[in-house]
Amino acid sequence: MTLLNAVIFLPLVAFLIILALPKDKPETIRVFSLVASLAVFLVSLGLIGPVWSSAPGKFAIETNQPWIESPAINYHVALDGISLWLVILATLLTPICVLVSWRSIDKHIKQFFAFLLLLEFGMIGVFCALDFFLFFVFWEVSLVPMYFLIGIWGHERRIYSAVKFFLYTMAGSALMLVGIIYLYNLAGTFDYTKILAGIESGAIALSPVEQLWLFLAFFIAFAIKVPLFPLHTWLPDAHVEAPTAGSVMLASVMLKMGTYGLLRFCVPMFPNAARTCARWIVILAIIGIVYGALVAMVQPNMKKLVAYSSVSHLGFVVLGIFSFTQQGFDGAVYQMLAHGVSTGALFILVGFLYERRHSLEIASYGGVATPAPWLSTAFMITMLASIGLPMLSNFIGEYLVLQGTSLVYFPWTVFAALGVILSACYMLWLYQRVFFGKASEDLTHHMSDLGFREYAIIVPLILLMVWMGTLTQSFLPPISASNAVLLGPIDASREIHAKTAPPHTPALTAHGEFANAR
Amino acid sequence: MPANFMPTGVDYLRILPEIIMTIAGTLIMLLEGLLGENKKRNLSLLTFVAFAAALVSAVAANANPGLSFSNMLIVDGFATFFRVLVIAVGILSLFSATQYLKREHAESSEYYALLLFSVTGQCVMATANELIMIFIGLEISSIATYVLAGYLRDDKRNNEAALKYFLLGSFATAFLLYGIAWIYGTTGSTNLSAIRVALLTPGSERNVILAGTAAALMFVGFAFKVSAAPFQIWAPDVYQGAPAPVTLFMSAGPKAVAFAVFLRVFMTAFAPITSRWEPFVWSSALLTMVIGNFAALMQTNIKRMLAYSSIAHAGYVMVAIAAHNQLGIAAAMFYLAAYAFMNIGAFAVITHFSRQGEKFVNIEDLAGLGWKQPVTAGLFAVFLLSLIGVPLTGGFFGKFYILKAELDADLVWLTVLGLLNGAVAAYYYLRILVVMYMKEPGEATLSLQPMGAGIGATLWVAAVGTLVLGIFPSVVLNFATASSALVK
Repeated sequence: MTLLNAVIFLPLVAFLIILALPKDKPETIRVFSLVASLAVFLVSLGLIGPVWSSAPGKFAIETNQPWIESPAINYHVALDGISLWLVILATLLTPICVLVSWRSIDKHIKQFFAFLLLLEFGMIGVFCALDFFLFFVFWEVSLVPMYFLIGIWGHERRIYSAVKFFLYTMAGSALMLVGIIYLYNLAGTFDYTKILAGIESGAIALSPVEQLWLFLAFFIAFAIKVPLFPLHTWLPDAHVEAPTAGSVMLASVMLKMGTYGLLRFCVPMFPNAARTCARWIVILAIIGIVYGALVAMVQPNMKKLVAYSSVSHLGFVVLGIFSFTQQGFDGAVYQMLAHGVSTGALFILVGFLYERRHSLEIASYGGVATPAPWLSTAFMITMLASIGLPMLSNFIGEYLVLQGTSLVYFPWTVFAALGVILSACYMLWLYQRVFFGKASEDLTHHMSDLGFREYAIIVPLILLMVWMGTLTQSFLPPISASNAVLLGPIDASREIHAKTAPPHTPALTAHGEFANAR
Repeated sequence: MPANFMPTGVDYLRILPEIIMTIAGTLIMLLEGLLGENKKRNLSLLTFVAFAAALVSAVAANANPGLSFSNMLIVDGFATFFRVLVIAVGILSLFSATQYLKREHAESSEYYALLLFSVTGQCVMATANELIMIFIGLEISSIATYVLAGYLRDDKRNNEAALKYFLLGSFATAFLLYGIAWIYGTTGSTNLSAIRVALLTPGSERNVILAGTAAALMFVGFAFKVSAAPFQIWAPDVYQGAPAPVTLFMSAGPKAVAFAVFLRVFMTAFAPITSRWEPFVWSSALLTMVIGNFAALMQTNIKRMLAYSSIAHAGYVMVAIAAHNQLGIAAAMFYLAAYAFMNIGAFAVITHFSRQGEKFVNIEDLAGLGWKQPVTAGLFAVFLLSLIGVPLTGGFFGKFYILKAELDADLVWLTVLGLLNGAVAAYYYLRILVVMYMKEPGEATLSLQPMGAGIGATLWVAAVGTLVLGIFPSVVLNFATASSALVK
C-alpha cells in the first residue's frame, strides 16, 4: 500500500462512510467530510517528496497490479511532475468545497458530501492512471457524481445542464473507448508506458491514417472536456447552473482532465498526427481565447462571465501544448494549475455574493466595496490574478505559453495576447460595476463582510496565487522535467524538418510544419 | 456407427436439472388440488428447492461433459453457462413474483409450475445439439411463457400481451420449423455437427443456396425470439402488457437462451457459410440498436421504455454475433449474464413500485423516489448506470468486451455507430435518474410502502451481480472464454 494508493482510495472510503452515516445528523456529516478531505489533502502533500526526489521526468510511487487477467488490465498508477500538482490541486480544493457548501447546501446534505468525495476519487484517479482501461474507468466515474451535483443542487435550469454535460462527455468518451480498444488490439496491452515505448521504438506500427484517426478519437474526447471552441457549449450551462462547489470542481479540476489528456496521451503517442493537425487546433484555441473573452465581456450574469473566461484561459493551455516547445508545455501546465486556483477562487467569491444577495446578475450589485471591504479586496486580488498581473499566478503560465508560441510563429502570439488584454477589460469592468459606485440601501443591508469560515476558504487560495506568482521554482522543476520527457517523441522527429528551420532558434526545429507554414 | 439406444446413467445425470424441474412442476400441479388454501405458500418454497437442486445438478453435470442421447444433447461449458443463467433468472423471478401475486390476489401454483416448465424448456435449448431438440425446447419454453404473459386473465392488457405474443410467436416458430425442414432436406440431418460436415463437403455449391435459405428462415425464427429488428415489433406491446415479474423473466431468461441457440446453430452448423449470413446479422444488429434506442427516447411508460431498451441491448449482442469469432461468443455470453442481472433489477424495481393493478408505470411517477426510498432508488441507479454502460458495472464491461471482439473482426464502423447509439441511450436512462433525484416527490412516491423481502432479495442479488461482473469480471469471463470454443 503506497502513499499514492492511500490518496486515491481514502476519498472512496470516506464516500462509503458518509453513505452509512445517519441523514438526520447534518453537522456530523459536514464535520466528517471536512476532516476526511483535509486528511486526504495532508496525505497528498506527502507525495511531493518522493516525486521531487525521483529521477527527473520519471514516474514515481508506482503500483502495477493485475486487475483483470484477460484482457490484461492492470491497476497501474504512478505520479510524475505534472500529475503530482494536479492531484494536489484536487485534494486541496475538495476541503475548500466542503467549507464552501457548509451552509449553502441545505437539502440532501448527506448525498451532497458523499458525491463530492466520490468526485474527488474519480478525479485523483484520472491523473494517476497509467493503464488506459483504468484511466477510462476513472474518467467516467468522475462523470456520475458531477452529473448529480449539477442536477440535484443546481439552479433553475439544472436538469437541462446536467444532462447536456453528461451526454457531451459521454459522446466524446465513446470515441476514446474505440481508440483505446483499437490500440489494445494492436499492442496487446492497455499499459500507457508500454504502448508509448512501443510506438516510439516502432514495435507498434501505426500507419499515418491510423495515427490520424486514433489521434482524433482521443482528441475529440479531450477537447470536449477542455472545452475547445466550438465544443464548449456545455460549459457555460453547466457552470452557471451548478452549485458553487460544483462550479469550482468543474472549472478548477475537471476541465484539466481534458488538457491533461492532451498533454499526456494525445501528443506524445501520436506526434505526427498531432503535428499535422496542430495548425487547425491552434487556430481553434486562438478563436477560443478571443471568442471566450468577447462573450465574457457582454455577459450580464457573473457566473457566466467567469465560465466564458475559462474558455478563454483554457485556450491558452491548448495553445501552449500545441506549440510543441518546452516553454509552451511548461506554461500550459502552469496555467492549468494557476487557472485552477484563481478561477476556483472567483467562483467561490461569486458564490459568496450570491449567498448574500441571491442574485447572479451584475446589474443587481454596485457599491459592494463600501459594506464589504475585505470581500472586495479578496475579489480584487483574485481578479488581478485571473487577468494575469505579474507577481500573481496566471501571469507565469500565460507568459510561458506566449513565449513558447512566439518561438514557433509570432503572429499567433499577437492574437493570443489579445486575450490577455480583453481579460483585463471584462474583469475590470465587472469589478467596477459590482464593487464601485454607490451602494443601495437594500444591498448594504444584505452585504456583510467575510466571516471566519469564508476567510478560511479564501485566504489560502490568495496566498497560493501570490506564491505561484513569485516563487515559481517551488512548482516548476518537476513539471519541466516531465514535460521534457513528453516532448521527446515530438522532438525526436525534428530531423525531418530541421533543414527548414533557421539555425538560431532551436525550439523552432521541434516544429517543422510551422516553419513551413511561414 | 450403430448408436446405442439405451441411455446410460451418465446420460441421465446430464439432464438431471430438466428432470428435477419437470417432476417438481408436475408435482406442484397435482398438489395444487390436494393442499389446503393455507398450505399453498409452501409450493413456492418447493419451487425454490427445485430450482436450487437443478442449479446444483447443472453445475455438477459440467464435471462430466459430453454428448448424450445419441448426440441429441450436449453438456459443455457453453450449455452449463446458459443453464445456470436461466435457472438463476428463474430463481430471481420467483423471488420477485411472490409478493406481486399476493398483491394482485392471484396466488396460485400454476404460476410456479409454468415458471418451472419454461425454465426446463430453456435448459433443453441450452443443451440441444440437434435442431429438433432445439425446437422442442423452444416450444416448451414458449408455450409456458405465452401463458405466463396472460397470467392475470381478468386484465385486458395481459390478454392482449398473451395473444400477441402467442400469434406472432407461433408464426416465428413456423419459420424456424420450415428452416429445419429445408436444412434436413439439403443435408439429410438435423444434427448440428452433421450439418456442418455436410456443408463443408466439397462440391456442395448448389447446396449452399439451399442451406442459405434454411439459415435465413431460421434467422427469422431466432431474431423474433431475441427481438432483433426487423422482427422486434411484438416486444414493446408484450413487455408492457405482461405482468411486471413476467416481463422481468421474459426479458432475461428466454432471450438469453434464444441467443444461446442462435450462437450455437450459426457458429457450428452454419459456420461454413458465414460469409452469407454475416451481412444480414450485421445489418440487423445496426437496425436493432437504432430502432431500440430511438424509439425508447419517446416513451413515457417505463415498461415500454425498458422494452425498447431491451431491443437495443439485443442489438449489442447481435453485434457480437456479427463479429463471428470466438471472442464474440465469449462477449455475447458475458453480456447476456450482465444484462440479465441489470434488467432483472430494473424490472424488480418496477414490480415493487407499480402497486396493485400496475397503476404507476409512468416515468414521471418515479419523481422523488431517490429521497423517499434511497436504497431502492440507489439500486435502481446502479442498474440504470449499468444499462448506460458506465464503468465498474457489468453493463460496461460486457459492452467493452463486445467492442473488443468487434474491432478484432475489423468492424470499425459498426463499433463507432454502436457507441454513438450508446450515447443516445444514455439520454433516456438519464431521464429516469433525473425524475428520481431531481424532481419533487409526487403522489405515487409518497404512497409507496417499504418493499417486501422477496423483491428486496432480488434487487440486492441483481445489484451485487451487476457490480461483481463490473469490478471482478474475471471468473465469469474466464469461464465464458474457456467455453466459447463450441463443439463442432
